[in-house]
Amino acid sequence: MSSLTEDYRRREQSITLSSEPAGTGETHELMTLNIGPHHPSTHGVLRLLVTLEGEVVRDIKPIIGYVHTGIEKTAEDKSYWKVIPVVERMDYLSYYFNAMAFCGAVETLLDIEVPPRAQYLRVIHLELNRIASHLVWLGTSALDLGAISMFWYCFREREKVLDLFEMSSGQRMHTRYFQVGGVMEDIPPGFALQLRKFLRMMPTRADQYADLFSKNQIVLERLRGTGIVDQETMLKLGVTGPLLRASGNPWDLRKAQPYSSYDHFDFKIPIGTYGDNYDRYRVRHAEFYESTRIIEQALDGLPEGPFITPDRKVALPPRHELATSMEALIHHFKLVTEGFRVPPGEAYYPIESPRGELGCFVRADGSAKPARVHMRDPSFVNLQALAPMVRDGYIADLIATLAMLDPILGGIDR
Amino acid sequence: MEVTREPLPSDFRIRQLQARDMLRGDLEGEDLDRYVEERVMTTTLDRAVAWARGNSFFPLTFGLACCAIEQIHVVASRMDLARFGWEAFRASPRQADLIILSGRVSIKMAPVVRRIYDQMLDPKWAISMGACCSSMGVFNNYALVPADKFMPIDVHVPGCPPRPEALAHGIIKLRSKVLLNPPPGWRERYDAVGTEEVLPGEPDSADINVFEHGDTAGA
Amino acid sequence: MPDATALELTAQELRDSDSDSVLDTEFHRGRAVLVVNPNRIKAVLARLHNRGYGFLASLHGVDYYPHEPRLGVLYELLDMYNVDRISVKTRVSTESPKLESVVEIFPGAEFQEREVYDMFGVQFEGHPDLRRILMPEDYEGHPQRRDFPVGGEPVLFTYNEERSYGKDV
Repeated sequence: MSSLTEDYRRREQSITLSSEPAGTGETHELMTLNIGPHHPSTHGVLRLLVTLEGEVVRDIKPIIGYVHTGIEKTAEDKSYWKVIPVVERMDYLSYYFNAMAFCGAVETLLDIEVPPRAQYLRVIHLELNRIASHLVWLGTSALDLGAISMFWYCFREREKVLDLFEMSSGQRMHTRYFQVGGVMEDIPPGFALQLRKFLRMMPTRADQYADLFSKNQIVLERLRGTGIVDQETMLKLGVTGPLLRASGNPWDLRKAQPYSSYDHFDFKIPIGTYGDNYDRYRVRHAEFYESTRIIEQALDGLPEGPFITPDRKVALPPRHELATSMEALIHHFKLVTEGFRVPPGEAYYPIESPRGELGCFVRADGSAKPARVHMRDPSFVNLQALAPMVRDGYIADLIATLAMLDPILGGIDR
Repeated sequence: MEVTREPLPSDFRIRQLQARDMLRGDLEGEDLDRYVEERVMTTTLDRAVAWARGNSFFPLTFGLACCAIEQIHVVASRMDLARFGWEAFRASPRQADLIILSGRVSIKMAPVVRRIYDQMLDPKWAISMGACCSSMGVFNNYALVPADKFMPIDVHVPGCPPRPEALAHGIIKLRSKVLLNPPPGWRERYDAVGTEEVLPGEPDSADINVFEHGDTAGA
Repeated sequence: MPDATALELTAQELRDSDSDSVLDTEFHRGRAVLVVNPNRIKAVLARLHNRGYGFLASLHGVDYYPHEPRLGVLYELLDMYNVDRISVKTRVSTESPKLESVVEIFPGAEFQEREVYDMFGVQFEGHPDLRRILMPEDYEGHPQRRDFPVGGEPVLFTYNEERSYGKDV
């Protein structure tokens, strides 16, 4: 056993030296610094083994697995309906997206149609979740850079978004609102009014963030020109999302492979030019405005109709039918005790989450429980881009780059 | 009450049952005397110290998963933790006295959490926030450890994730517990007393608290 | 997504260049899958890469227990210019779970292959650093195989709390 751990140590500590010398051309002794799983930055339990030459980062090895929860294994043990809360807790800032990917995969396998009202409601909640996720990212990144005021402002807005979620589903986070075939229930009467108030307020608040942050001298000096990676490397590493868009590639699944009626809405995709940290910040900041536009269009055009598929073999019948209809009672019973069965097959359903392409692979074997659920998490693949971003930069730039990378350890470790 | 069973490591279970009987009020003799003595506040100075301790927790910045986001909301402006006096979150465990375990503790992370708890200085308290670290939560599987298995927890806050109000309620409950000045003796069950510093060469220094050059233990 | 005929044409092209590479094609609910011989996986992926599928969206493992060969590895490829997705599937058995690593073609496969190794036990030859990524390094077993128990703590009620404490679960 000790030789196994020695082998691991040796492989962890092996570094790939870059060809450029540091500073004045003198070589210094290399130091390995362990930015441990517990560290002051608020990005979760990510452990980094950093090899430093002076203050310049020569190599970095991320070590993950400190929040590994066995979500995919647990999901094989539960019926499809019960997998939704389990899978939601994976990427814990974009919980609606996790549920959307899974529900989309199962709906593909079942070949059922989601009613248009449910699709629009899904879009509204997805974009609200995108705004909420970017608010946490902005608040905690600013906290890492030392700008604590941004933290308070961003979380003030996030409270409003969580109030909206609480209105529609009763929970602030991990709401289990998306179901296979639609959404759990329709939005309550005051929701539209509250949402419009929020939509009027959000662009002004995003302007406030821009005033505070975008032209700040410290922010410019720390974020401009640091962590530059070109588009080719990003594509080879499989990076998607705002990181890829900041390096110039306008790939966005909402436009390229639209799902859940995203093609009905008119919005722009912000892209960057240099691929440095400042571009990543600007891309995500611009997405605030775009998400607000999408929600406005969705709310204006919200169609009437059912909020979940009328297929009673998949979705619960409404409560008032249980008193009168025998089939409704039987369907309810079968769905609650066993769950619906999915015909055998495999499906991969990719969506655009705030961090990139979130895909859900579901393999069904004909029973009421999935045989394999795999979530292709964007942060897991984006983390591989950390090494080219920070190589030959200062360790202070490492902190800024890690903030702009927006890793969510729940998704990385699953 | 004598029941013979296989000897468990360090008589943990017997002491746990004794503690349960104590809580139910089934004590007698010298157990009862010790219980009363430890609980009655003897001096006003004790009470004053307990009041100061309870109103000035220095929590440790320790967020693991989704509950950490709700923990951040407790500190944020709507549900403000600073009005209770607990906004001084410290990054170093040596300077903190309250660890709020927010999130799921995986088996890879458990030794790290225990090491951080050991590095905190007495008196220290632990709050287990959320269902995942209190019990197994939503995920009852191979990858998680409930925090009660390896470290003493004072308050468990249920919820998935608990609302910021619920976490504040839990911290206030902890404050009332601290104001009663409970004896730390129950932590002996977890070997959690006197762990702050382990010098090399001492017995038990094969412990994880001692670092050698090039040591990347816990990976 | 390519439709069924385009999938067959792709499969035929691959078979023309290398006769025993593509074993089967599947087309289900709009998703095209090529089932490939595990010895030829790297060559097939290189050829698909040259044909335009230059982005590896996902690399993951599936355990097809009880159908042999048990361990499947799926590669989800994406062509960004034509907005086209194709999946490539290989299956290896637990007795010889070896596959060639595709890190040279798609560097983004590094972490994902480590995860498949950790969770299923598939060994990727040529991977620069194949070690466990999510479980602790001295963990024994491959958790996501279907015959690995889910584990967990028993829920303690008063009827079983005296009995089940202290046992290795």
